[in-house]
Amino acid sequence: MSWLFENLSDVWALVLTHVALSVPPILLGLIISVPLGWVAHRYRWGRGTLLTIAGLLYTIPSLALIIAMPTILGTQILDPINLIAALTLYAVALLVRTAADAFDQVSPQVLDAATALGYGPWRRFWQVQLPLAGPIIIAGTRVVSSSTVSLVTLGALVGMSGLGYLFTDGTQRSFPFEIGVGIVGTVLIALIFDLIIVLIGKALLPWSRTRRVRNKTNAETLEVTTNA
Amino acid sequence: MIEFDGISKRFPDGTLAVDNFSLRLPSREITVFVGSSGSGKTTLLRMINRMVEPTSGRILIDDEDVASLNPVTLRRRIGYVMQNSGLLPHRTVLQNIATVPLLNRVPKAEAVARAHELMETVGLDSALAKRYPAELSGGQQQRVGVARGLAVNPNILLMDEPFGAVDPIVRRELQEELLRIQRELAKTIVFVTHDIDEAFLLGDHVTILSRGGHVAQHGSPDEILSNPASEFVADFIGADRGRRALTLRQSEGRTLVVDGTGRIAGVLGAETATGPVSVGAGGRDEHLGEITLGTEAADLPGLDTPGELGSSSEAPGVDTTSPNSGELGSENEAPEVDTTSPNSGELGSENEAPEVDTTR
Repeated sequence: MSWLFENLSDVWALVLTHVALSVPPILLGLIISVPLGWVAHRYRWGRGTLLTIAGLLYTIPSLALIIAMPTILGTQILDPINLIAALTLYAVALLVRTAADAFDQVSPQVLDAATALGYGPWRRFWQVQLPLAGPIIIAGTRVVSSSTVSLVTLGALVGMSGLGYLFTDGTQRSFPFEIGVGIVGTVLIALIFDLIIVLIGKALLPWSRTRRVRNKTNAETLEVTTNA
Repeated sequence: MIEFDGISKRFPDGTLAVDNFSLRLPSREITVFVGSSGSGKTTLLRMINRMVEPTSGRILIDDEDVASLNPVTLRRRIGYVMQNSGLLPHRTVLQNIATVPLLNRVPKAEAVARAHELMETVGLDSALAKRYPAELSGGQQQRVGVARGLAVNPNILLMDEPFGAVDPIVRRELQEELLRIQRELAKTIVFVTHDIDEAFLLGDHVTILSRGGHVAQHGSPDEILSNPASEFVADFIGADRGRRALTLRQSEGRTLVVDGTGRIAGVLGAETATGPVSVGAGGRDEHLGEITLGTEAADLPGLDTPGELGSSSEAPGVDTTSPNSGELGSENEAPEVDTTSPNSGELGSENEAPEVDTTR
């Protein structure tokens, strides 16, 4: 424990780097996946092509992809862009399918109603289709967030020092406590990210709570009945 | 006025949904398109606000070709109510009702005030304003749908089987409510249904469609009931069977009306023998609960000797004290003439050649 206090500022710096490396792939993945998911939802060819590519992308071993990035992008080996680009690809691979599913489950009747009310296609997308696809997209983003935060640790193997540095350093020094700090730190970051995404979802999609609230009420009623 | 002028619609898969359909729908009245699935009734409705484009022909609203109008602006001035309400699940009741006014850039305070007003018009408790559609009953959702359709105070209201998905009791309520609202607001309503009873209850004009959008018959409910244009129509409206096939039967000095299922529909009042009589079932007097005596029936000599009619074998065990019986012609009491249907049918007599036969 004393090791942690002695090195707190160093560990904190690693945490910040870890966060800095995690956020861009999550956001970029989301921004890229939503339109692609919409195309996959809207067009038959889009679904087949995009979902197959996404599936293939995800099968590429992550370390290999990160190492290959400088060659593909023509960047420096130690450029953080490499890691961010690779993790964005993974985020997209995961999220495109979720986004396509999210758009699929929006009731065509509701979209029809929106058209009948006088929503133009663009407005209908932003004000009806996207919000209604929102809960599933948010759920998918939570998965991507956890996966990205954990994958950022791999950056340590190619010189990007997030909390993964504590794994490599701890291993080299045969100092399990340091590895433990790395694991706990990574999990904490993932949990905090998850909480933030859930809160954003609740703020943006207040109606998606109604059903849950209702179920809760039912559950409470049930409980009361059982107790009685 | 809405005018269909030689409208045809062929879908990309080759189906001819509507074939050369022409019809004028008068303003401020309810026209009902009724037909089974595949009759093109919804397709016709959706052409009015350009949700579906005709393959050929024109649709005019007050002599203006809808094809010349921007579809989005056109839709914002036409009310639309659909089955399962079509409410936006992520908007509260109030937001749903205010949707189109807000799209039309009506100031928010004004739109909200109007939405509250409309909730009252359609009989919704203002406590529901902040609820989401998922938290409402089917009937309440449908009321919100109607309120939303009226939100921009449109001249035209399109209703696509709006009460199809609610239970029969609530449906009756909503139908009555619609008639009440229509008496106040007098919109040009185009109403699509597959339910002939609903069509006869609500429609000032009823268009019975057969496959491919062919008009099997167009007219007032009275005209159609008393004079079905074809066997198809007679069959569709059930003129010769069930609740609409009414016969007279003599019992203990009174004349009973018996329907096709053998149930006692009511007691014939003395004055009814001279012509159509409204029985005042609490709805719109022209159609609801009216027994239309065909002229043949009214003039029929057989009516003077009802004993012949009374020989009907369809109604054994007639009992005037039966809860099913009602006093036809009585003004105050809701008669039991027709408890399950908003309409009563054509009162035929046994020895009369049905109208159908003459046109065959």
